[in-house]
Amino acid sequence: MSYQDWFRQDRLPHIYCSGCGNGTVINCTLMAVDEIGWKENETVFVSGIGCSSRASGYIVTDSLHTTHGRALPFATGVKLSNPDLNVVVFTGDGDLAAIGGNHFIHACRRNIDLTVICMNNQIYGMTGGQGSPTTPAGALSTTTPYGSSEPAFDLSELAVAAGANYVARWTSYHVKELTRAIGAGMRTPGLSFIETMTQCPTNYGRRNKLRQVTDQVEFMKNHTALRQKLDRMRESGQKVPADVIAIGEFVRRDRPAMGVRR
Amino acid sequence: MQGNIACAEGAIAAGCRFFGGYPITPSTEIAEHMALKLPKVDGVFIQMEDELASMASIIGASWTGMRSMTATSGPGFSLMMENIGFAVMTETPCVVVNIQRGGPSTGQPTMGAQGDMMQCRFGSHGDYSVIALSPASVQEMYELTAKAFNLADEFRVPVFLMSDEIVGHMRERIDIPDQVPIVQRKSLQKGTLPFHPDADLVPGFPRFGEGYGVHVTGLTHDERGYPCATSPGLHEDLVMRLVNKIESARDRIADYSITNPEAETVFVTYGPPARSVEQVVRDLGRDDIGHLRLRVVWPFPESALNLFASAKQFLVPEMNMGQVAREIERHVDQPVIPIPKLGGNLHSPDELKARLEVLR
Ligand SMILES: Cc1ncc(C[n+]2csc(CCOP(=O)(O)OP(=O)(O)O)c2C)c(N)n1
Ligand code: SF4
Ligand SMILES: [Mg+2]
Repeated sequence: MSYQDWFRQDRLPHIYCSGCGNGTVINCTLMAVDEIGWKENETVFVSGIGCSSRASGYIVTDSLHTTHGRALPFATGVKLSNPDLNVVVFTGDGDLAAIGGNHFIHACRRNIDLTVICMNNQIYGMTGGQGSPTTPAGALSTTTPYGSSEPAFDLSELAVAAGANYVARWTSYHVKELTRAIGAGMRTPGLSFIETMTQCPTNYGRRNKLRQVTDQVEFMKNHTALRQKLDRMRESGQKVPADVIAIGEFVRRDRPAMGVRR
Repeated sequence: MQGNIACAEGAIAAGCRFFGGYPITPSTEIAEHMALKLPKVDGVFIQMEDELASMASIIGASWTGMRSMTATSGPGFSLMMENIGFAVMTETPCVVVNIQRGGPSTGQPTMGAQGDMMQCRFGSHGDYSVIALSPASVQEMYELTAKAFNLADEFRVPVFLMSDEIVGHMRERIDIPDQVPIVQRKSLQKGTLPFHPDADLVPGFPRFGEGYGVHVTGLTHDERGYPCATSPGLHEDLVMRLVNKIESARDRIADYSITNPEAETVFVTYGPPARSVEQVVRDLGRDDIGHLRLRVVWPFPESALNLFASAKQFLVPEMNMGQVAREIERHVDQPVIPIPKLGGNLHSPDELKARLEVLR
């Protein structure tokens, strides 16, 4: 079997804009699933609402496309009632961190055996480009026409603080690393949170001087650095530019987890 | 036994093995009892972070084939509305218990009411139909909770146990049967599209983990389960089927008892006011006072009203400002007289007798 067998062919064409980063993340996820050897009939994809959350519908397994922000409590019910199922959650920055923020911290605290993949495009893509809790300060969106005046959430740091067993952040440029991180997350019992910075050319790039898809991908390549390296820089008194995003593995640990297969 | 405990026991007897909830007076004893008992029968109890999550968790559990339930009261019920709509649209069987208290808002946490009957019927957005049961005794808390699971599985719909603080906290002796009747959820036949309905308008259930590869979405979907949100005809057909699978089975779902069908003055009750009316009928010993006591309120069993062929007026004592009285008005030509009661006390038999005097 190859990862392509996991696609629901009769759902094509998909709704994503050309150049959208979400497709890359779905590919990486299915490559990880395929590599691990999970079976289709033992795997369930759950998602909330947003462009990112549509991902669950393009995969052949059982899938639950739920309400905005609530994917995690739905997934909690699926996993706790049948721990034999592998449960993966697709979500977006708005879905997970705004309307679903409370569910996010509690799922991490409970450390339920889920793999949560957040496509963070720093914007509400589906509704046409409104600011989200991860929109960088100063960035333009339809609801921050003068530049966002709010500080942004760091979702991976939040997941670490809330108790997830595995946390990593990569981008849709870092395909190999992302695939490996998703695989590592799937193998780690407890809640695994993989944040991926993804480009939304339609509703983020266009408004923020990153007109071409390649501009956004270039940006993710040039404005990211390993978290450990950034920590070392800070320790040695070097200044880290504000727009550099920490990537890499944030935590891998063995806190007691819920819903692990017996 | 306390009403709330009887509810939890009835649920477990019916095979409920997943409870997701959030504490709220006057329903909390149900969650506490489930926390105590479910682990002993290999079930799952989880206290969620709020009622949005509670409702979501029981829907998730239901898709793995489990019988699942939550319990709450007004403020939590309001939060559940979003995912109740999701359960309706995705045809997810589940049971929601509302131990009603005085509202609006935080209102009267420790006092009984029936103010959420219309919210139960219409509270989530869009058109839909659900099933609601209303117990008047501790015995019925047990029996109707168990029955709610059968109806949920048969019709693939959220079923509501619309009780209240009075019955929830009432203590009465009850008979616990060795076994409660159980109607299994019918499975989807392999090779059938997952949302293709059978003759009863209800599709077979494709449990997660059985290889159906079903996509479940709250978006308007075709029989494959695929989103198809811009076709007017498809949306209309889907919503009409969701409504009709319940409404066309009204008479089968109906559950009521009738006293003095020749009477000219007829009380219609559900929940605790039924007890006061029974007392009135007993005390007066007259056969010109009838009583229709509903155990199922939604879908409303309108044909039961016609059984009172000589009825000249219908009196409807409710612990709200006349929510079900309005529904009755839609179905009869005779005057319908609401007897509203707010504040937490039940109508006393004397109060109702005085009302009868005035009407004579
Ligand atoms: C309760 C509710 N509020 C608002 C919406 C409208 N809505 C749909 S998608 C969305 C934002 C999604 O943003 P994100 O999670 O970042 O997903 P993206 O589209 O960017 O992938 C909103 C606000 C909704 N569907 N439900
Ligand atoms: S709006 Fe943005 S996130 Fe949504 S499909 Fe288009 S590019 Fe992707
Ligand atoms: Mg987004």
